[in-house]
Amino acid sequence: MGGREATMVLLDENGIRCDGRKVDEPRRIMIRAGGLKNADGSAYIEFGDNKILVGVFGPRDVHPKHMANTDTGILRVRYHMEPFSVGERKNPAPSRREIEISKVIKEALEPAVMLDKFPRTAVDVFIEVLQADGGTRCAALTAASVALADAGIPMRDMVAAIAAGKVADTVILDVNNEEDQAGQADMPMGYMPNIGKITLLQLDGVLTPEEYKKCIEVGIDGCKKVYELQKQALNDKYFGNRD
Amino acid sequence: MANIIDELKKNQILELLDQGKRIDGRNLDQTRELSIEINAIPKANGSARVRLGDTEVICGVKIQPDRPFPDMGDKGIFICTAELLPLSDPSVETGPPGPDVIELARVVDRGIRESHMVDLSQLVIEKDKSVVGVFADNVAVDYDGNLFDACSYAATAALLSSKTPKWNWTDDAPVLAEGEESAVPITTIPVSVTMGKIGNHIIVDPNADEWASMDARITITSDSDGNICALQKGGVDGFTQEEIFKCGEISVRIGAQIREKLKEAQKGA
Repeated sequence: MGGREATMVLLDENGIRCDGRKVDEPRRIMIRAGGLKNADGSAYIEFGDNKILVGVFGPRDVHPKHMANTDTGILRVRYHMEPFSVGERKNPAPSRREIEISKVIKEALEPAVMLDKFPRTAVDVFIEVLQADGGTRCAALTAASVALADAGIPMRDMVAAIAAGKVADTVILDVNNEEDQAGQADMPMGYMPNIGKITLLQLDGVLTPEEYKKCIEVGIDGCKKVYELQKQALNDKYFGNRD
Repeated sequence: MANIIDELKKNQILELLDQGKRIDGRNLDQTRELSIEINAIPKANGSARVRLGDTEVICGVKIQPDRPFPDMGDKGIFICTAELLPLSDPSVETGPPGPDVIELARVVDRGIRESHMVDLSQLVIEKDKSVVGVFADNVAVDYDGNLFDACSYAATAALLSSKTPKWNWTDDAPVLAEGEESAVPITTIPVSVTMGKIGNHIIVDPNADEWASMDARITITSDSDGNICALQKGGVDGFTQEEIFKCGEISVRIGAQIREKLKEAQKGA
């Protein structure tokens, strides 16, 4: 993990975490489907103190043309953090971290999107992290799934995402920034609840084989909770009383 | 044309796997032959030339004084990189690395870093001012799939063989203490095991043909205690919970075998 020493109590004697949550309690999650006028589909998510906006364009012509595939459509994902999204100003140019996260999110979404339905075209997913507080890739993936659905892209399932982890030798759900920096392990996970497949999985930090299994189970349970909120967001936009 | 050949080969690989066989005759959970040559680059502070089947990687470790990261004044620096040289494969072009290579370098770095293999607290020259930087740079010189593990083994073997010079803090600067070399402080030996998923089959250490045919892959790093310390899923398909559990077990079991080979290579040096 970050290698920094814990300057706060990550888990107190009553099993309460540094931000007052219980071990299996996610942060406050608010998802809104739509919101952007020009994008074909969009979503906004607040996941604890993370604030992330996602816009989807397509299926549309592929530029540059040589990227087009005659057998299938292609999915392109850009994960990008605003300079003001973190404590110290971030250089706006894409970092190696952002390039890697773009890739893992793209590969997490691909199993869900029926790209073979629209050959020679591209679907572009633009993820903008307005404010970051640990767990941005999971929040971004969750919102991107909703934005793709909002764009009417044919999908097998939505990908819901949340991290499991370990602080004070205890497996927890939804790792926040402090727990990521000072905790023992962080395992971001993306999961398609209907299909039962894990499509994003990373880990840093040391877990025993038992803790490893526990983290997977806790993560899947968490993803199922997030999934309900994703469906609710789409329901609110298309069948609700909003606006 | 290449596409058609890939498709035919993929079908062949899948048909063989359905019969429990692999295209190069290995068992599903069998790695290719691993050979490790220690101290291949004597001018480096540590080095290794690793062949995993026909994938070949050279790792050189350079150790030099550096400024600590602002919030980590009591820790040395460890950085591991990986690069595909243009001579390793006809498809590799010169220029800045693409997403695949960036991911490769970050996954190899993470596996070693998260295991806390190098005890960075012992690499401080003067707190908050000067620390020892350990740089493990991997270059792939020949490609036959699974660079993740080849680079990881090369870096681990190179680190195990590395000797660090000693610096004293004199007149506000690090000064080299002549002739005082010691082994890099090592706490554990991390081993990454990369598995590919083709259809519903999980295969260990995919070669280039298998790599091109994979639906998804997963790299899991375990340490000397048999704990799991890093993981990365890649590729455009997913894994079920049972598959993830199975991959965890395979990685610890195969990792223990590879760890013995890494130890053996040190003894032979």
